[in-house]
Amino acid sequence: MTTLLTIAILLLVSIAVWQITKIFQVAQLNQKVDDSQVANDKDNDWNGKLMFAFLVFIYLITIYSFWAWGDVLLPESASEHGKDYDRLMWISMVLIFFVQIITQALLHYFSYKYRGRKGLKALFYADNDRLEFIWTIIPVIVLAALILYGLYAWSNIMNFEEDEDALVVELYAQQFNWKARYAGADNVLGDANVRFLQDFDGLNLVGIDAADPNGLDDVVVQELHLPVGRKVIFKMRSQDVLHSAYMPHFRAQMNCVPGMITEFAFTPTTTTEEMRQNPDMVAKVQKINKIRYDKSQELIVNGEEALESYQFDYLLLCNKICGASHYNMQMKIIVEEEKDFNAWMAQQRTFAEVIQ
Amino acid sequence: MGADVHHHKETFVTKYIFSQDHKMISKQYLITGLIMGIVGIGMSLLFRLQLAWPEQPFGIFESTLGKWAPDGVMDPNVYLALVTIHGTIMVFFVLTAGLSGTFSNLLIPLQIGARDMASGFLNMISYWLFFLSSVIMLASLFVEAGPAAAGWTIYPPLSALPQAQPGSGLGMTLWLVSMAIFIASSLLGSLNYIVTVINLRTKGMSMTRLPLTIWAFFVTAIIGVVSFPVLLSAALLLIMDRSFGTSFFLSDIFIQGEVLHYQGGSPVLFEHLFWFLGHPEVYIVLLPALGITSEVLATNARKPIFGYRAMVASILAIAFLSTIVWGHHMFISGMNPFLGSVFTFTTLLIAIPSAVKAFNYITTLWKGNLQLNPAMLFSIGLVSTFITGGLTGIILGDSTLDINVHDTYFVVAHFHLVMGISALYGLFAGVYHWFPKMFGRMLNKQLGYIHFWITAVCAYGVFFPMHFIGMAGLPRRYYSNTAFPYFDDLADINVVITIFALIAGAAQIVFLYNFIHSMFYGKRAEMNPWKSNTLEWTAPVEHFHGNWAGDIPEVHRWAYDYSKPGHKEDFVPQHIPLNKGEEELHH
Repeated sequence: MTTLLTIAILLLVSIAVWQITKIFQVAQLNQKVDDSQVANDKDNDWNGKLMFAFLVFIYLITIYSFWAWGDVLLPESASEHGKDYDRLMWISMVLIFFVQIITQALLHYFSYKYRGRKGLKALFYADNDRLEFIWTIIPVIVLAALILYGLYAWSNIMNFEEDEDALVVELYAQQFNWKARYAGADNVLGDANVRFLQDFDGLNLVGIDAADPNGLDDVVVQELHLPVGRKVIFKMRSQDVLHSAYMPHFRAQMNCVPGMITEFAFTPTTTTEEMRQNPDMVAKVQKINKIRYDKSQELIVNGEEALESYQFDYLLLCNKICGASHYNMQMKIIVEEEKDFNAWMAQQRTFAEVIQ
Repeated sequence: MGADVHHHKETFVTKYIFSQDHKMISKQYLITGLIMGIVGIGMSLLFRLQLAWPEQPFGIFESTLGKWAPDGVMDPNVYLALVTIHGTIMVFFVLTAGLSGTFSNLLIPLQIGARDMASGFLNMISYWLFFLSSVIMLASLFVEAGPAAAGWTIYPPLSALPQAQPGSGLGMTLWLVSMAIFIASSLLGSLNYIVTVINLRTKGMSMTRLPLTIWAFFVTAIIGVVSFPVLLSAALLLIMDRSFGTSFFLSDIFIQGEVLHYQGGSPVLFEHLFWFLGHPEVYIVLLPALGITSEVLATNARKPIFGYRAMVASILAIAFLSTIVWGHHMFISGMNPFLGSVFTFTTLLIAIPSAVKAFNYITTLWKGNLQLNPAMLFSIGLVSTFITGGLTGIILGDSTLDINVHDTYFVVAHFHLVMGISALYGLFAGVYHWFPKMFGRMLNKQLGYIHFWITAVCAYGVFFPMHFIGMAGLPRRYYSNTAFPYFDDLADINVVITIFALIAGAAQIVFLYNFIHSMFYGKRAEMNPWKSNTLEWTAPVEHFHGNWAGDIPEVHRWAYDYSKPGHKEDFVPQHIPLNKGEEELHH
């Protein structure tokens, strides 16, 4: 595959060079007639037509991209505010495409239509206050509407209340992995600081202050389990450099900053199992497994191990450059029914048990 | 450059090396910028290969990266170093110094009718500081542990702690030193531009008769003076944290099994300082390109630029707004969400002057007599990418929508189109248009057409698909996407992008060949090859210090009297007095 593509590229480049030389020769011939290097009628004509062709190209690449890759866009949301987010996104997208289609059409059509000819004179048209007022005021109105909707959604997402039954979870980032800390039975996270990391021979994975009673029932894990339908308030920490907790399916992201605690909250609406049954997701996973199967065949021929087949899981990725293994800093998220969550939680060891 | 009519005796050194002539300094900026551009674009091709065919051995890696590509496979640290230096070089060295430095220097004195910059000496120092910073930046590539690799935004603690990554050692020190010198260079240059525009305009050249190029350069210089010092302070504080144990940006850090002493600092403070320059920087890059476009579009459309006053007003509005929108880079940095609301508001406001500019450009073309020279094609291309890239800003500037696309390839697509490609097109338009002024010779137009069309197709080919992988949730600055099977279906798109990138890279060789060949063997230029109105075309083709042999021409009209009724020719240069009874527009 790689060799094939390399050859294809080399071929394209050599064709380009060949064409260039050829056109260059033609240019040399033309020089007897016109060597001014200023565009003449012929240049205006063919470049004007290419401008029109370029408009078609922009439309085609847009249509092709949606046809070929439309299925990768914005995966189905799995959080409560995700619906709002997606609605705002699609409104913005429709608006953008509307403006894009019209302005590109005008720009390239004018470039084609008014391509120059000797002897023609352009229209002396320097100003039109009314026209300019119109195209200032229309963006003002449209943007005002977008700003209002955006701010409304933003304040709904960010100004969450710390209600009693919300689950409090700490996301803890370090080069290059994630840990999660649950607040335990009291639903209050114990104090923590990097100074405590070396206590208990490195068993204190996220630096909980053993002197704080709230911390003793805390549970530290390497896999994030969330009960469906219950609000989760995340408290983010980092022990070394900036990281960013990015959970694309939940439309959630927040930086983890050493020295401070950042927050984000959402309510998961779809369990991992349900998401795996989602028809779009089934199609996507099939597609991915087909790709992995084909690649495995290649690997086996080369005497390497085949790739494992893929099963969907929610993702937590690091999305702030953090060093060499930034590209592989991830944690599995499992959204499940409350009872499954409780059963899982019951099996975990609390901080007090770990340090004993 | 032919006969020397200057009355001082000039040696080789004072003429070509330590020159105080703005035209020579502009050429020095351009050529240094182009060399940096070759390095910057070359790096992007290397990491594009890695992204399309991750962890595959390439001979080119072995030959270019040496020990950093064991067995020809790129090391993750080197990948990060490449994206970091690519970003730094392209934003600062090519699109700030290479674009603004070249054309502000060339055009400010020539278009306002001045014999040189206000201070030729400071101008010379400005260039040589830029040269020095370029040398240091390039030298940092050869450091034992590798160059800076914390992203071009160099957020601490990653950039502050040598334990965090190899690139944060000597490589980062050199990066900071290089940038500090670069900022000094930029400030000297900007002050000079401002003073020159204010004080040295020729008789009759009122501010409202200034060509839009000069308005753009003038306002750009003001933004630079306002915001670059803040980056300098950020860099100095970071140097203190790194070398003298202060805690401006660092607190509560445990790394490599050790608790560090830093207490009370905040990385978020650095982000504020960085983006206080970082966002205006976008406009420092873009406004000169838009200024060049205004000039090239009007000249080649043989029409006045539409809405001159609105264009000036939108430049001023953009400049003002650009200094109060920096927080939109930090919606999810952990700053107060209320600030996010404020920055969403100011950010979306900036779409209004931008839209006005785009509409005015399109109307300038309407009913024109378009001379589709290569410079004109690049200017039209700029308007196209400026619209495509600018529109997605509506999504990224909205704090809500930013949550899920922040730091993904969607952002990469957005800013490459709206500032990278657009500004690069502005640079190319400028070079094609003013090459005759700079070198007294014409660039070959056929090669120019080839260069434009391949570049234009590839620019969309590279950056349009990136919107899709970004919307799919693929983060930027990932060495490889193989760690997430979830992204396996995006691998093909990455291959497509890389193929377009390689072809685009090859097209730039056509430009370089044309540039170098035409410099020596191009057709000799006439005095005013594009039949333009601005003053630089009244100066003789042969360069000499002082620009005009006799008196400086006087200005009697604005720069955009193209196809004006009542005149035989379709252009009326600025120094031609008004006819009897002729009315001047706009004053």
